[in-house]
Amino acid sequence: MTSPHAIEIENLNVWYGEKHVLKDISLKIPPNRVTALIGPSGCGKSTLIRCLNRMNDFIRDFRHTGRILFQGEDIYGPKADPIEIRRRIGMVFQRPNPFPKSIYENVVYGLRLIGVRDQETLDTIVEESLKKAALWDQVKDRLDASALSLSGGEQQRLCIARTIAVNPEVVLFDEPCSALDPIATAKVEELIVSLKEEYTVIIVTHNMQQAARISDLTAFLYMGELVEYDQTEKIFTNPSVKLTEDYITGRFG
Amino acid sequence: MRGKALQLNPNVIKRNERVDLIFKWVAILSTILAISVLAALLIDVLSDGAGRLSWKFLTSFPSRRPARAGILSAIVGTFVIMGLTAAVSIPVGVAAAIYLEEYARKNWFTRLVELNIANLASVPSIIYGLLGLGVFVRAMDLERSILSGALTLALLILPIIIISSREALKAVPFSIREASYSLGATRWQTTKNAVLPAAMPGIMTGTILALSRAIGETAPLITIGALTYIAFLPTSPISVDGTFPFIHLSFEWLKDPFTVLPIQIFNWVSRPQKAFLVNAAAAIIVLLAITLLLNAAAVYIRYRFRRTWK
Ligand SMILES: Nc1ncnc2c1ncn2[C@@H]1O[C@H](COP(=O)(O)OP(=O)(O)OP(=O)(O)O)[C@@H](O)[C@H]1O
Ligand SMILES: [Mg+2]
Repeated sequence: MTSPHAIEIENLNVWYGEKHVLKDISLKIPPNRVTALIGPSGCGKSTLIRCLNRMNDFIRDFRHTGRILFQGEDIYGPKADPIEIRRRIGMVFQRPNPFPKSIYENVVYGLRLIGVRDQETLDTIVEESLKKAALWDQVKDRLDASALSLSGGEQQRLCIARTIAVNPEVVLFDEPCSALDPIATAKVEELIVSLKEEYTVIIVTHNMQQAARISDLTAFLYMGELVEYDQTEKIFTNPSVKLTEDYITGRFG
Repeated sequence: MRGKALQLNPNVIKRNERVDLIFKWVAILSTILAISVLAALLIDVLSDGAGRLSWKFLTSFPSRRPARAGILSAIVGTFVIMGLTAAVSIPVGVAAAIYLEEYARKNWFTRLVELNIANLASVPSIIYGLLGLGVFVRAMDLERSILSGALTLALLILPIIIISSREALKAVPFSIREASYSLGATRWQTTKNAVLPAAMPGIMTGTILALSRAIGETAPLITIGALTYIAFLPTSPISVDGTFPFIHLSFEWLKDPFTVLPIQIFNWVSRPQKAFLVNAAAAIIVLLAITLLLNAAAVYIRYRFRRTWK
């Protein structure tokens, strides 16, 4: 089933125990675009992005209502398989979290899970993924070195390479640059923009300039509610809601 | 708002410095005391036994004549018992730790299990000997065999292995598990491919230390009735002859009686002849060397694989 949207969120409500953290969110995310989620700390950005690949399943008192359609299928539906969903919707986290294994083993981790054994295939995918993540030149001579020997920025790009190695359709980023210095941030930003040719990208960021620089669409969340969702240019030059304007001009938060 | 600058009371500072100095010296003296006791023990044992150590001592069976006696059966027994103890307790202990840490829901039942494991770790070892005697030697009719001894020691160190493995698993940050899940791993794949490798150095360190505790245990093995005089080796597990398939595996050795180094030592120190005391000192040197080697391996692994989670 084809749909003009990569992901459609319909009337999503989320609770942690008694705490209502996402309130009736509806959002249509287009394919091959970078969509940014912004909003003050604690407004529910991470919660929302983690719903999209069911990473909230591990939180015991997580509860939700509403639907999230991925290619027309509800990812929380009875037929949905969270393992399959996470393979198709990859995620890069706030802090680089490489496995304490070699660079090579980090990249092929997801492939080994689905039983890819052929050495040539693995080698090709490692090279491709590391090239896409702009890391190949730095590490091609030491693929057997521990991933923990890389700098923070390199580790984050390794995590991105690891995520795209399994060829997902959507890549989620939860504040991917918050642990990086400006130079590493610039590299990762460039990389994210280049990814949209092949993937749908959703990124959570606290950095207004970053959202303006790299995203095509921006959603502004406030206290668990979706305040405004529009073209990034419109949000940053001519928002239609006063609250959005106050936030992006730094009047609060 | 503070009216005047904070007044420093010179008397208080002086007193603090004095307390600091006293404490420093108490600490230094305690350390010296502990080390010198250890050194005195070592020197005593070495001066008594070092001269008796020889290849012949290591490769002879015990004997009524002290000059001909050796520790071959005790060394072999120690290694066989330890190997079997490790083979039983490591898989069971690590599996239990994985279940408790990665799978079990945290409820009153798992807390009860946890509490019991912690208690079991502090039960005196002779109690395990009684348990082994009742369960393995008598009820299961395994007699005073290698199998009974190894199973008893495995029970003894199981709680330690479970506790240290759980600590090692706990030390693996959740972000590693998240990374694995986000790539489409199942829970078991995450445990096997991401969590266990990351926890392995810690698990190995804890396990080796548990084994080095078991290696010196005498009481539980004497309780189950390990013999003190063994002048033969266990049945070989492999035999070769002319009948197909020519190489035969045998598990007869599991049923053989055994002795181990601490029991041999215990036997010799309780003899009246001075020459047996010298033998005991030499055997103690061997036992100490094995224990120190194990501990050094644990320290090495911990040092070699030390990683800083960020
Ligand atoms: N596991 C949890 N259990 C209970 N409450 C939680 C849990 N995780 C998050 N919350 C709460 O849900 C709300 C939304 O949290 P979330 O992490 O989604 O915010 P965020 O927008 O990502 O914030 P930040 O910008 O600081 O990362 C917060 O009030 C937070 O305290
Ligand atoms: Mg967040």
